[in-house]
Amino acid sequence: MARVLINFAHPALEKSRVHSQLLRVVKNIPGITFNDLYEQYHDLDVDVAREQKLLEQHDIIFMQHPFYWYSAPAIVKQWIDLVLEHGWAYGHTGKALQGKYFSNIITAGGAEQSYQPDGHHGHTVHEFLLPFIQTAKLCNMHYAAPFVIYGVHRQDISDIQEDTVQLKQVLERLRDDKFDLTPLPGLENLRQILQLPAQTR
Amino acid sequence: MVYLAAAIVFVPLAKKMGLGAVLGYLIAGIIIGPSLLGFIGREGEDIMHFAEFGVVMMLFLIGIELEPALLWRLRSSILGLGGLQVIISAAAIAGIAYLVGQPINTSLALGMILSLSSTAIVLQTLNEKGWMGTSAGQSAFSVLLFQDIAVIPMLAIFPLLAGNAAADAAPHSASLRDNLPGWAQTLVVLGAVAIIIIAGRYLVRPLMRIIARTRVRELFTATALLMVVGIAVLMNLVGLSSALGAFLGGVVLANSEYRHELESDIEPFKGLLLGLFFIAVGASIDFRLIMEQPWLIMGLVVGIMALKGIVLLLLGKIFRLSTDQNLLFAFALADIGEFAFVLLSFTSQTRLMSKEMTAMITAVVAISMALTPLIMLLYEKVIQPYYTRSEVKAEREADEINEKNPVIIAGFGRFGSMTGRFLRANGINATILDLDSDRVDALHNLGIKVYYGDASRYDLLVAAGAKDAKMLIIATDHAEQTLEIVRMAQRYFPHLQLLVRAENNEDTFELMDLGVLHIYRETVDTSLRVGVDALRMLGGRAYRSERAARTFFRQDERTLKGLSALRDDKKQYISSMKERIDEMEKLISSDRVKTWLDEGQGWDPESLRDEIRGEKIDEE
Repeated sequence: MARVLINFAHPALEKSRVHSQLLRVVKNIPGITFNDLYEQYHDLDVDVAREQKLLEQHDIIFMQHPFYWYSAPAIVKQWIDLVLEHGWAYGHTGKALQGKYFSNIITAGGAEQSYQPDGHHGHTVHEFLLPFIQTAKLCNMHYAAPFVIYGVHRQDISDIQEDTVQLKQVLERLRDDKFDLTPLPGLENLRQILQLPAQTR
Repeated sequence: MVYLAAAIVFVPLAKKMGLGAVLGYLIAGIIIGPSLLGFIGREGEDIMHFAEFGVVMMLFLIGIELEPALLWRLRSSILGLGGLQVIISAAAIAGIAYLVGQPINTSLALGMILSLSSTAIVLQTLNEKGWMGTSAGQSAFSVLLFQDIAVIPMLAIFPLLAGNAAADAAPHSASLRDNLPGWAQTLVVLGAVAIIIIAGRYLVRPLMRIIARTRVRELFTATALLMVVGIAVLMNLVGLSSALGAFLGGVVLANSEYRHELESDIEPFKGLLLGLFFIAVGASIDFRLIMEQPWLIMGLVVGIMALKGIVLLLLGKIFRLSTDQNLLFAFALADIGEFAFVLLSFTSQTRLMSKEMTAMITAVVAISMALTPLIMLLYEKVIQPYYTRSEVKAEREADEINEKNPVIIAGFGRFGSMTGRFLRANGINATILDLDSDRVDALHNLGIKVYYGDASRYDLLVAAGAKDAKMLIIATDHAEQTLEIVRMAQRYFPHLQLLVRAENNEDTFELMDLGVLHIYRETVDTSLRVGVDALRMLGGRAYRSERAARTFFRQDERTLKGLSALRDDKKQYISSMKERIDEMEKLISSDRVKTWLDEGQGWDPESLRDEIRGEKIDEE
């Protein structure tokens, strides 16, 4: 059983420089399930049964998307609305997702320093991600640190390549069963796990 | 020249009066013929021989359109319905002829000749009225097909029947088989048929390939004509009908890849010659003969047609046609066909019948053919409305028990049935009106309430509950009918929302002119879906492809509305159409710079990138 699931959402991938680069690598990492939401549901009619089954089969769930308007493209909301059903994901009997890890892989236009209390956007990405964090909590999941790529509009090819390599390394570590997941919620950015000493459970 | 002038004068006149082109030709023939104006005299018979070539060509074309696959699909109605019709009618007529004292051979020949119906007139009329798709139309087509084929064995049998009579007849044509006994004649006939089939199979295709390679169009036409003429000459040589040979030749070539080419080459010749043929038929009606024995001839016409009609009605019952469809079926096929002329000329050659009798039967056949369009007119104006009314009345009582439905669907064919099924699946009941009575019955059996009838009739719409309904979905097949329903609904039920199917842009414009707001061009959605799938298979993103199709659709609708506004001035329409195409070309060619299909600018980070790049330069 694969451990990592990536639910990817981008309505205009052909215009994206970073995500199209990321996808090339992410899609081909063995042992990681890649689920392209806009490709799968071009009419926004999400297949709830299929999505729930995918969630049940994985331990770490990522939503990968651009950080549109401090949030996500429309289909991510649609997906959350339809898939995380009461009685299945949350509520008294909703235990299907219990103990899983949930997080976002995000590309943001602004630089890291603009996402500070005194910066251009006034808040950290973490703060903006509050709805995702609380959603995970309500569904009995741990919210792991997000993988954030800042300042994508300024990036040149070599920057993008560096980020791509890092994301690949992060995902490969997480995929490995031996990797201890418990410190994840305490991190600021998921790429910090590359600095942690190789650990085992 | 007289012929052409007559045709030009009378055919449009007849069409205008709703009689059809065939009747127009016939009337033209009668009027310029020796009996009335006498513009053309006795040479009419020569013309007839010449014009028979039109029949030859028609048979060639019928043959070429007869795909084996179509034959196979209709096999039960062709063999069953057609076979029984020919056999029973022929037997009945022959029996009566024998009873009134004709020799047995003559009686049989008469029976066979008179059992046939007129393919040209009936098919033409059915097509004109849009009845081809009904079950009666299909059955009639099957029977006509069988009759067309039945001519072949008939032509082969006649020499045998004439065996005795021909013995004392002087040889009148230089035919190969004159001095052979009856069985050998039949053998020669079969041999000729075999030659045509083999030649058609193995000789024509390579020949056509060579001709096609020269890329000279006239040569192709010439070859097609040569082929038909050649077959005709060969058939004449063995003393057979050239029409039959042409038919065979056509069937053999039906699956050839040059089929459509041949069809379009022969078609104009056929049309012209067939018109001439009909004129000649009209001219050949000997009114003096009719005046001498008016009651006998009219009696024969009415008697034969009534007899055939009864046989057809019985068969229709056996093959489970509903009453009104059965009546149409019987009315359409009660006449005697143009093959009769071919067969008659054959019988007079073989001396099966006396000259007087041939003349008399010719008159009978011609009159019955002339009556056919009139009978169909009678059916359309008198019988069909009667059935429409009575069925609705019967249904209306049942309707009072049920609640009135908010939706009325007119037309439940491949288009309306989909809409109707979708609404039903979503718990919306609709009152359905349809013009195909057999389909209505079938749906009744499935428990779906369907009214038979023409939705452009006021009383039918009232019966269907149009006064209380919310919307009327018009999904009829024919544009004219659709327009009629729209006008009717707009005048008497202005509260109804109209959702109207349109076949093409022309229909759409007319509906727009009538002020219809919701128009659905029938193939647009499907073709765009094909486009979406094509884009995806070429590597496009699913969501983007889908959006592109929707944008394209909206753009197209806008263009259409703009064109509709300009349409009153035809010239302006054309020039503006050209402008739109130019515009479209410009738009499409500008796709790569900034696609007009894409309205998702919010997802395009390009301008942001530009802005940030600008900042960077400022900083430096």
